[in-house]
Amino acid sequence: MSARTRRRLLARGALLSPLVLFLFFFFFVPLFNVMRSAIYDPVIARAFPVLSRSVEGWDRAGPPTPDMQEALIADLRGTTPEVLGDAVRRLNGMSSGFRSLMSKTTRALEAAPDPATRVDLLAVDARWGDPLRWQAIVDNLSPYTDRFLLAAFDLERDSTGAIAAMPPERAANFAYFTRTFVISALVTGLCILIGLPYAMLAASVRGRQRQLLLAAVLIPMWTSILVRASSWFILMQDQGLINGALIGSGLSEAAVPLLFTRTGVVLSMTHMLLPFMVLPVFNVLVAIPGNLMPAAAALGANPLRAFWHVLLPLAARGIVSGSLLVFMTSIGFYILPAILGGPAEQLISSLIAMYSTKAANWPMASALGLILFGITSMLYVVFGRIGTTPARRN
Amino acid sequence: MNRMQKKAVTLSTAAALLLGAGVAQAQELTVTSWGGVLQDAQRKFYFEPYTAESGVKVIEDTWSGGFGTIEAMVTAGNPKWDVVQVEADEHALGCADGMFEKIDWAKIGDKEAFIPGTADDCGVGAVVWSVILAYDGNVLKDHEPKGWADFWDVKTFPGKRAMRRNPKNMLEFALMADGVPATEVYEVLAAPGGVDRAFAKLDELKPDLVWYDSGAQMLQLLVSGEVVMVAGFDGRVNNYNKTEGGNLKLVWPGSIYATDFWVVLKGAQHVSEAMDFLAVASRPENMAKLPTMAPFGLPQKAAADMVPDEYKAVLPTAPANLEGAIPVDVEFWLDNNEELTQRFNAWIGQ
Repeated sequence: MSARTRRRLLARGALLSPLVLFLFFFFFVPLFNVMRSAIYDPVIARAFPVLSRSVEGWDRAGPPTPDMQEALIADLRGTTPEVLGDAVRRLNGMSSGFRSLMSKTTRALEAAPDPATRVDLLAVDARWGDPLRWQAIVDNLSPYTDRFLLAAFDLERDSTGAIAAMPPERAANFAYFTRTFVISALVTGLCILIGLPYAMLAASVRGRQRQLLLAAVLIPMWTSILVRASSWFILMQDQGLINGALIGSGLSEAAVPLLFTRTGVVLSMTHMLLPFMVLPVFNVLVAIPGNLMPAAAALGANPLRAFWHVLLPLAARGIVSGSLLVFMTSIGFYILPAILGGPAEQLISSLIAMYSTKAANWPMASALGLILFGITSMLYVVFGRIGTTPARRN
Repeated sequence: MNRMQKKAVTLSTAAALLLGAGVAQAQELTVTSWGGVLQDAQRKFYFEPYTAESGVKVIEDTWSGGFGTIEAMVTAGNPKWDVVQVEADEHALGCADGMFEKIDWAKIGDKEAFIPGTADDCGVGAVVWSVILAYDGNVLKDHEPKGWADFWDVKTFPGKRAMRRNPKNMLEFALMADGVPATEVYEVLAAPGGVDRAFAKLDELKPDLVWYDSGAQMLQLLVSGEVVMVAGFDGRVNNYNKTEGGNLKLVWPGSIYATDFWVVLKGAQHVSEAMDFLAVASRPENMAKLPTMAPFGLPQKAAADMVPDEYKAVLPTAPANLEGAIPVDVEFWLDNNEELTQRFNAWIGQ
């Protein structure tokens, strides 16, 4: 390699480096961390290092061995409130009551500060005699775990280690996933139904009319999502404009419930995402030579046939990329369902938010995010293939 | 000076400027509360007097609770909030997990001046408030709801109801509606089958329930007529009556009251300023002014006594309002929060 090519390559590399560094630090590193925390959760191992070395010889079903009790006491004496707090939060999530049990135990240990004093855990609290409490700790001493990924699909490991379904009163995640995809598919379908004719209209007219049609799509897009959500809230109330018009015109006798219903959420999401369908389709349509449809007609095709065999295949790329944009954006929707939807309209993002900002259960939030990411990537690949094949054939 | 050196000089100047900005920022304190009229009152009676005294500027933020927010900030280090008003269970949880700085009582004053349980090494009592049945007196004129059984009675009181989207307090209300006396609610809830019973009762009302996350949403739902009753926050409701001339009514028996705490986040940048601020916010004469603007109870007896009489009647700490009301059982929720939240989410999403 000559010095000159090397210099040119170096210059290119230098030009790219801001992008590469940005992607690395603000995309790949966080993404990796989030993904890792879905399967790597060291908080319990960190809090109980001594115990992890002394569980051998315990039969799991019986009371804890004296060794284990000693080890637990040593761990509790040696840890800090922060480290123990992380572990207790996790344990209490698996088995209610751990928090009061732990604080009672640490208080008892503080009352006997001399490590040489024998402290009988079972005398401190009888719950320490329950093998289930010990199983909760012992089973989670390994930092690598599939617990959160399983839980994302409403599965868990039973006491023998086999994978089993969660009891229905705790199983919610799968319902959230299905709902997210059903609502997103509905919104995508509606966007095609409304967006395709709209884009065709906009592509068929010129000048001021076209500007007007496009502005009608673009201006709402530039408005803040919160403003639009609040506007929909006002519109859809029982005493709101929509119901006022329906009742006033005699179309309906009583208010049609829109707020906090699936209809309202799908309606407003379609409105939000319509530009993402109209614009790509419009872009493809304006590039189609204007003489193709007349040519089809001249060859004897009726308008429907010409649309089906000429326009639609040519517009397919736009429709596919529009659908992809709409679908992927809608599976991540959060604010709109939160404001306009009832609990049965909340999407998976609301669960992720709950686990992260409320419950401080980051591995669970990460596991849900990881699965969403996986499904989206798969869809991206599949859609991408569908989108490019006809173009290549032509 | 060659190009490299020039660059180094520019960089170090920029760094110095940034550092300078950092020093200037030391005269700031970030305080996070719950927005609405409460924070307006806190601004007037706590934040502004504190700034006037110390010259330290108060940067405000608002939130709607959530332990995860605090945990994330503290764990990441350098939390952007210094002082936060948290709910009782978040206070206890954060205290157990070492999320808060130790309160410097030498600066703030006498811990004993506070009502028992509202002042400790982790936090300073801020306000006492209730979650309570509220309705619009102009809408439900002829027949007024008297308690949680009426909240569940959709025949006599048709229309939707709003509840807060979390299990805390809502399970208690369900049990009260099912006939459990307020004083025995936590006993029943902790006993086997108690939680099932509460969820079964919530099931009955589920088709008529609307859920809110923030106090502003709760008020909006009630005054727009979207719902006929709420299990809501007394402060927002009272304030609406006062400032907008509303006729919203509260049903005190069966309400659940709790104390919010001021806490200082572990590793906060302005711990010393935070303690000075808490001293100002805990002075009885400052505290006593709070209810004149925001109808919240006070966790300090001396301050509560100083509140002008005309403002006392609507406070959750007024003796008449305490009759039949119960305090939230922080211990119960500490132990059961995760499990019940998970179950609640599963239930609500079905």
